[in-house]
Amino acid sequence: MLEVSGISQVFGGVTALDRVSFPIRKGDITGVIGPNGAGKTTLFNIITGIYTQTAGKVALGGTDVSGLPPERLARLGMVRTFQNIELFGGMTVHENVMVGMHTKSSSGLLACALKMPWTIREERRIRDNCHKWMEFTGISDLAQVTAGNLPFGKGRLLEIARALAVEPQIILMDEPAAGLNNQETLALAQLIQKIRATGITVVLVEHDMELVMDICDKIVVLNLGKKLAEGTPREIQDNQEVIAAYLGEDE
Amino acid sequence: MKRELLKFLAFALFMLLLPLPFRGGYLVNVLIFVGINTMLAVALNLLLGYAGQISLGHAGFFGLGAYLSAILTTKYGWNPWAALPAGAAIVGCLAGLVGFPILKLKGHYLAMATLGLGIIIYIVFNETVDLTGGPSGLSGIPNLCLGSVCFDSDFKNYYLIWVFALLTVLFSLNLANSRVGRALRAIHDSEVAARVVGVNARILKVQIFALSAVICSLAGGLYAHTMTFIAPASFGFNFSVELLTMVVIGGLGSVYGPFLGAALLTLLPEILRGANDYDIVIYGALLVLMVMFMSGGLVRGIPDLYRKVLRLKGGVDHA
Repeated sequence: MLEVSGISQVFGGVTALDRVSFPIRKGDITGVIGPNGAGKTTLFNIITGIYTQTAGKVALGGTDVSGLPPERLARLGMVRTFQNIELFGGMTVHENVMVGMHTKSSSGLLACALKMPWTIREERRIRDNCHKWMEFTGISDLAQVTAGNLPFGKGRLLEIARALAVEPQIILMDEPAAGLNNQETLALAQLIQKIRATGITVVLVEHDMELVMDICDKIVVLNLGKKLAEGTPREIQDNQEVIAAYLGEDE
Repeated sequence: MKRELLKFLAFALFMLLLPLPFRGGYLVNVLIFVGINTMLAVALNLLLGYAGQISLGHAGFFGLGAYLSAILTTKYGWNPWAALPAGAAIVGCLAGLVGFPILKLKGHYLAMATLGLGIIIYIVFNETVDLTGGPSGLSGIPNLCLGSVCFDSDFKNYYLIWVFALLTVLFSLNLANSRVGRALRAIHDSEVAARVVGVNARILKVQIFALSAVICSLAGGLYAHTMTFIAPASFGFNFSVELLTMVVIGGLGSVYGPFLGAALLTLLPEILRGANDYDIVIYGALLVLMVMFMSGGLVRGIPDLYRKVLRLKGGVDHA
């Protein structure tokens, strides 16, 4: 599904990532973990086209997508969420999700301004289709609320609903559990599994170990910009190097 | 949606009936300027209020539209109805070309770049004397005619301008609740999030910049053909700032805010004319007060004020 090979990133002489490679299998939930400063978020930003890497390749479904901007990746079926949720604060929840359908609609600027008949039909389709995603994430009752007024946990759900409206093949979530309470985290775990059940591949960067160990099929561990280990949650839990990296080594 | 349309029809009807009791004269003349400024403010609002991109050069596009239409008709003998869209097309292409590099900039830098663009255009008006007449302006611009009816009086021009102004408002209303309008507002709120869900922010910003310039250019052409005389002084930096003030005072991102802002800023100097030398002081003070107490602009501030007054009255009744 997604293949990361030999990704390096150098920021003004500091090597943030050093030849990181790993494959992500279709239909898996993959977790990327590592201590602070391991380069997880940098890696995410490279995969999703926010940064351009110094070296290395990202392939999506067999085609090289290195260096493509995020709007192109969205059309190819890759979408992401952000650690500090990025919502369209001045718009309603419903409108936020409607923007998610941007790639699934095509009316141009002039057609919209002149309100051509086909744009009215398309508008209706967009409006109706969004209810599906709001129901899926459980925020239907908030449809008319301004996104900027949402509590953090609901904002997270909205961001996921908006990403799902893109109808992606793969969704990357940057610390989806950050800022959530226990109950919300549990609900999130269920939601992520529900997303996977629809056939969407999920990748998470996450600090919440319990969440990662519970729901991931595979885990990639980064430390100081290098890949330390990869494997099933069980393998990772028993890996001495990983334990050392997290707890500090015994001299 | 139906309610929005009714609101617009009520607004259109009001504007079309407004000059009937006067049938010309000074007030109608001022209202023509309100119409032109409404077009300009709505156009700038598409860029600033919807997409969140500033421009301090819009008076330049307004001027380009006016000069292109004026030059094509007076020097090359074009029909004004052909010169108007030709000018708009040229300005649209120019804005598209210039927009590509400068809309990469954000915030203050974009403000500086558009400011520079406006100043360059202004200098061109002043210096290409053979074509534009330089600082003393260009006169003898023909009126627009429909068959045997020529728009040569304030009363007729009022309807000419306001048909265009109302169409511009309708245009912006349609855009607000559409796929592209939402994408623009999304870019305003979080460009990175908009891109991640597939909005091509780069292209869309250039498109709306060009469209905004085209509307300004049309307003410029209409201005030239109704006034029959133009001079560079109308299209300088001051006017760009005035346009910006109209949009902000009226209400950023709203459909009717730009109209309210345009109406207020056009009428206020006329109303204050009686105050002699103090007019500019009162004008400035009013603007400051409005920004302080109606930070969402007139379009949100007036209903708020109305509600407060109602509540105040209710309180007094109870006591």
